Amino acid sequence: MGWRRLTRNPLSFAALCAIVVIAAAAVLAPWVAPYDPDEPDAERTLSSVSWRHPLGTDEYGRDQLSRLIHAGRIDLLVALSATVLALTVGTSLGMLAGYRGGWVDQILMRVIDAVMAFPAFMLAMAITAALGNATVNVVAAIAITHVPIYTRLIRGEMLKARETEYADAARTVGNRPHQIVLHHLLPNCVPPLIVQATLAMGFAILTVAALSFIGLGIQPPQSEWGQMTAEGAGYVVSGEWWLVLFPGVAIMVTVLAFNLVGDTLRDILDPRMRGMR
Amino acid sequence: MSEALLEIRDLTVHFATEDGIVEAVDSVSLTVRHGEILGIVGESGSGKSVTALAVLRLVRPPGRIVQGTIRFDGEELLSLPEDAMRRVRGAKIAMVFQSPRTALNPVITVGRQIARLFEIHQALGGREAWQRTLDILGLVGIPEPERRARQYAHQLSGGMCQRVMIAMALATSPRLLLADEPTTGLDVSIAAQILDLLRDLGRRTGASIVLITHDLGVVAETCDRVAVMHAGQVVEVAETRALFAAPRHPYTRALVRSIPRVDREVVMEPIPGTVPSLLAAPPGCRYAARCPLVQRVCDERPVLVTDEGGHAVACHAVVLETVVARR
Repeated sequence: MGWRRLTRNPLSFAALCAIVVIAAAAVLAPWVAPYDPDEPDAERTLSSVSWRHPLGTDEYGRDQLSRLIHAGRIDLLVALSATVLALTVGTSLGMLAGYRGGWVDQILMRVIDAVMAFPAFMLAMAITAALGNATVNVVAAIAITHVPIYTRLIRGEMLKARETEYADAARTVGNRPHQIVLHHLLPNCVPPLIVQATLAMGFAILTVAALSFIGLGIQPPQSEWGQMTAEGAGYVVSGEWWLVLFPGVAIMVTVLAFNLVGDTLRDILDPRMRGMR
Repeated sequence: MSEALLEIRDLTVHFATEDGIVEAVDSVSLTVRHGEILGIVGESGSGKSVTALAVLRLVRPPGRIVQGTIRFDGEELLSLPEDAMRRVRGAKIAMVFQSPRTALNPVITVGRQIARLFEIHQALGGREAWQRTLDILGLVGIPEPERRARQYAHQLSGGMCQRVMIAMALATSPRLLLADEPTTGLDVSIAAQILDLLRDLGRRTGASIVLITHDLGVVAETCDRVAVMHAGQVVEVAETRALFAAPRHPYTRALVRSIPRVDREVVMEPIPGTVPSLLAAPPGCRYAARCPLVQRVCDERPVLVTDEGGHAVACHAVVLETVVARR
């Protein structure tokens, strides 16, 4: 039923297709990319869009399309790892805070407030700058900035759910607290979690790209969309437009697709939120 | 048969609110015998449900059990460690809730919810637990248990949900079933079926049932004995027949008179006033403000006096009356 609604709206259907295509390209990168992304070609440096190189080549003559495909791989991988990590940690903390309440809740939520007090991107910058810009650190930086989203969400849901009659009923039949939380309350939080995670994927990709754009994220020679945009930016004045346009479009399309799908999922899974922004 | 399965003595439950302490349950003493159905009647807020929750030790903050003893099957529940108490809940004492649809988890199939009980309390494996689930769903009269077990609460009717709740409560063959307004919100014919089912299953399994309700009709049809509660106190306890034949406490009399009747030309009389605030309740009889028989002595708290027939009443006026009558 939900699936039909996701595919019926042309916009969300297009977004879903975009995600599928991008994800497939990322997974199958070594097989679908026409060239080795790191193979220079001294004969064809900075060549424009052509049949041979559909998205042109860069200053070393490397195929831009192949580089974009391989870049998508790292972008999606980092964003996905960060999202999964933040989801796991955030949800656990949220369950603890929401169900236990009391001082545990107080301490956890004040820490979360402290994390949220920093602008997310500044915090991610600070973490990568401090830890060094290995890929794991980029993942950690993004995950840390995303943990509060899930913690606050799940804490709220737990506060609501633990007052319900089915929570009472679960207690009357001798469930332990952790059984009540995991088996009875958490399943009720899954829909909003899916929505949040989808929307957060978009933000995560944007953050990887932005970090790499300013040189704090993924390092060359590994190609990455934000970093490719940064390199290409210098060529705008000299007319090599394809170098900045295509990575930029890749970022935009991917982030937009995740946001559109996330919004549609929210409409489907959580009708109360419809029309709210 | 006459020995007590559950014996509540002087149970007092307080709720700490911003305006002060509310005595939701005040020195309640009740006895549930083996195999009997005891009705607890009273208006909303009379402490019926809180008493039941107290038996399971599930009164949640700001509520607190302040004093009393609850002996169940020879064990003192209030001093049991939490771990042992968990083994009592569900396994020996089970509860059926007022609104079955909201008491079932909306995102877990009803079959799964019942099967979990077998896994928790009887350490059965997945397949065996599932088979037992289907058996018990059949026992409570759910047609096509295989199909129904795979459905969610919102896919079942209200009566069906209540049957599932009862199946859940009975899954582990408890000795005592606390049914908190199990027929509220069901239409009359379904309610009657549910009551029949409870009575029948109670008889078959030998379990005692505490039936909490505000409906005297339900009591008359179902219960062996009745306890009447008013404002957190037990005001009268009697065999069902004796209670309806000769209600003694002015509150019970008023309750009986307030039942609408079609068979007789009796004017239905609503009870004047409302349940008094339990916030800083007066030390005397809590019914005094609504009572037609009120006297000066009612400033003191009446105690529950039991006669030879086992009919107990907590009322100065009534006790005085009987003393006078005897002379």
